[in-house]
Amino acid sequence: MRKFFAPLLVLAILLMVVAPVLIAEAPYEATMGLIQKIFYFHVPSAMMMMLSVFICGIWSIIFLLKKRPAADHVAVTAGELAVVFGLFVLVTGPLWARIAWGVWWTWDVRLTSYFLLWMIFVGYLLVRKYGGPGSDKLSAAMAIFGMANVPFVYVSVDIWRTMHPKTTVVTTLGEGMAIPFWFCVFAFLVVYSLVFVSRLRLEEQRARVEQLFLEASDI
Amino acid sequence: MKMLSSFCRCVWVSGVAVALMLMTTATAWAQQVPPEGGLEGFVPANSLPPAQRMPAAPLLIAAYAFIWVALLVYLWFIWRRLGRVETELRQMEGQLRK
Repeated sequence: MRKFFAPLLVLAILLMVVAPVLIAEAPYEATMGLIQKIFYFHVPSAMMMMLSVFICGIWSIIFLLKKRPAADHVAVTAGELAVVFGLFVLVTGPLWARIAWGVWWTWDVRLTSYFLLWMIFVGYLLVRKYGGPGSDKLSAAMAIFGMANVPFVYVSVDIWRTMHPKTTVVTTLGEGMAIPFWFCVFAFLVVYSLVFVSRLRLEEQRARVEQLFLEASDI
Repeated sequence: MKMLSSFCRCVWVSGVAVALMLMTTATAWAQQVPPEGGLEGFVPANSLPPAQRMPAAPLLIAAYAFIWVALLVYLWFIWRRLGRVETELRQMEGQLRK
């Protein structure tokens, strides 16, 4: 895992430096103007959050079935990253909304469902930290519940009347907006991988310390 | 026998996960409302409405700065915690060898 770290770090820095240049050169959106450019970091953050939720949910299922600690380490890592990238979405979204809608926050179905999904994963981390013995299984069940909410959050904008842009905005982007957008998605994926690798290593080393502590107490 | 029971458990848990996903999606589709409020797509424009230039810029910069700073701080925290855990690990391994 260590051999991937340095190339990932260099690539992540390069991509994150180039991304704002591409975003600055992208055309303005006709109705929203400059503030729409938050979209280039806001949506990739949301994509990484959803990816994290799926990784956390799937590895939680594997952990519950196979009882493999390695699966739990992946799930914890992904759970924490879901909260971090979800926070990016919840901070950048209101900054966009203030200009585009005139309010920082509204209890719109997309915003509310996304906020609840984020809260589930905040709960996941709290259960992990303070739940005591057996909290790994309880939190794994929470992660599966959280994952089950993802399709609901995704389709909410297409079903209910909402102020939030629909899912079609991504598929209908013109070339001038699509290139910087997909570049940013790739940049976020690389950054996500870098953070994931680091956080997973921390979790694995922490588990080794606990194991050694148990071995030492047996002696 | 043990393998069969493990397989059945796997199918059952996966089934529950898929059923939960279908349930939440089906609930959403069941309450269809004509989708009118949201945008169907973005329309590129060559110039920015002058009234929007000033108020939007600080918020845009704040959004990007927040993500950059938060990512760097989070990575720094991870590396610091990792350094501590690895030091602890080396100490414990040394003590166990003795």
